[in-house]
Amino acid sequence: MERVLELRGVSKHYPSHHAVNGVSLNLARGEFFSLLGPSGCGKTTTLRMIAGFEQPTAGQILLNGADITYRKPYERNVSTVFQNYALFPHLSVQQNVEFGLRRRPGNHYAQRAMEALDLVQLAGKQTRRPSEISGGERQRVALARSLVLAPDVLLLDEPLSALDPNLRKQVRAELKAIQRRVGITFLFVTHDQEEALSLSDRLGVMSAGELQQVGTPEEIYLRPRTRFVAGFLGGVNWIDGVGVRPEATRIAKEPPGERPARPATVVQSTFLGNCIHVEARLPNEQPVLAEVSRLGEGFRAGDPVYVWWEPADELVFQ
Amino acid sequence: MNRLRAWFLAPTWTVMAALFLAPLAIILSYSFLTRGAYGGLSSPWTPDSYQRLVDPIYLGILGRSFWIAGVSTVICLLLGFPLALFISRSGARKNLYLSLVILPFWTSFLIRTYAWMFLLRDTGLVNTFLQKIGVIHSPLSLLYNDGAVILGLVYGYLPFMVLPLYATLERLDQNLLEAAADLGAKPWVALTRVILPLCEPGIRAGTILVFIPCLGAYLTPDLLGGGKSVMIGNLIQNQFTTARDWPFGSAVSLTLMAIVMLLLMSLARRDAEDLL
Repeated sequence: MERVLELRGVSKHYPSHHAVNGVSLNLARGEFFSLLGPSGCGKTTTLRMIAGFEQPTAGQILLNGADITYRKPYERNVSTVFQNYALFPHLSVQQNVEFGLRRRPGNHYAQRAMEALDLVQLAGKQTRRPSEISGGERQRVALARSLVLAPDVLLLDEPLSALDPNLRKQVRAELKAIQRRVGITFLFVTHDQEEALSLSDRLGVMSAGELQQVGTPEEIYLRPRTRFVAGFLGGVNWIDGVGVRPEATRIAKEPPGERPARPATVVQSTFLGNCIHVEARLPNEQPVLAEVSRLGEGFRAGDPVYVWWEPADELVFQ
Repeated sequence: MNRLRAWFLAPTWTVMAALFLAPLAIILSYSFLTRGAYGGLSSPWTPDSYQRLVDPIYLGILGRSFWIAGVSTVICLLLGFPLALFISRSGARKNLYLSLVILPFWTSFLIRTYAWMFLLRDTGLVNTFLQKIGVIHSPLSLLYNDGAVILGLVYGYLPFMVLPLYATLERLDQNLLEAAADLGAKPWVALTRVILPLCEPGIRAGTILVFIPCLGAYLTPDLLGGGKSVMIGNLIQNQFTTARDWPFGSAVSLTLMAIVMLLLMSLARRDAEDLL
């Protein structure tokens, strides 16, 4: 794997708190990597240090093996898609896309800008101002403006959060397709675990300024290293110190035969369309959530049930 | 509802009618009358006063006023922009700096102009100091010339340039500057390609707020120009006092007003075009 970006013990310490603390990370060329974490976990600060908007208080950032830790934003070949897109309101769509090209040696600006707009399916809107296009279109202009520069790493700061939920899923698929087509390394910052899981080749989970775990979506979801990671990526039932995902939690009115099962009582059954959430309570008052198919047996509040799981589905922490 | 609105607007209308429209009407009628033998006004009605305006002497004064106001405005812009940019970037100290900008308003403009006279005259602070340290041997003539007038105007109206510029710079999305740097723009390029174009409304507002009072300035050219550097405001004052030619004074006043209004209208039309 060819390393394009490397973070070595990068920290951003303020007098009052540590925004980022000793983050080390390697990005392979062409991969889609997500930094996932709750707000205030340091993921955006990490991104801003890679972009050059902020400087680390410790550590090194290497791009293609060269130390860029203290280089100015305009001296590093990375580009950012901002959360609010930050399109220049006084320039047309095409002029926005050409802005970065014109700061570099080269020519055929207009042609290259139009190709980038074609890539994000905005051909025909090049003369509009940012105020005259929709939120989704603005987002694609921001994407084209950065992609056209062929950066070593494209940094995306929660680019989908300003879109409405229906559009978000559609744009998510487009983003992935575009990334595959251009082969540029994407570093995507988000607090949405579904986004991170569905888009990424690999992801890193951050909490309180520290990188908790790095891995493929499957690794992170199925083998979380800490309780925080387990809880942040999805629901977890904590039963006697053992964690089990709700969709791995089995529930039935009859005991499962030879397997050890715990008796429980259904508290509530919630129909969610594609599945049903059954909330039950163990004799020791511990709550358990089971995600079951609507095609299986139905449950109602007060039903006596049995709860069990496969040992392989237990989450094990170091 | 409409009656209520009429009641609330009535005081404003009364004040405007009594203190603005009525005097304007009086000036307008004066401007078409003839100067009396001992000052004052007499018939017949005539447009003579307006015809006298095309005299090269008066056109010269008008042109000079435009020149001095223009130079003062440009200097205000050149000084005011970096200052406004600095204040908009100074975080918690913004309010302190802003209050320093408007601090001179706490003292009368007249007194501040006199203060400049004390600084600039032959036996003033500047000349005395320069002579003491031996840089010059005879006093420089710093007062009673165009330079002194421009200095006084820039000093007096700089806050009117700084405040609107600050207001637009303050609202400028910091992400846009980060985006510019991110796309490869060095600070100078970011300034000329992003900050300045986005500041245009502030630049326009500041230019209007400085240029128009400078054009009609009377006190500053009178005190710092010492009658040698006559601007249109002094011409008008002169007609109502020494020259006792009220019709001509009225005609010059109205002409100045008309010019200012035409300027404002052309700027307003550009604003409207920008919106399209």
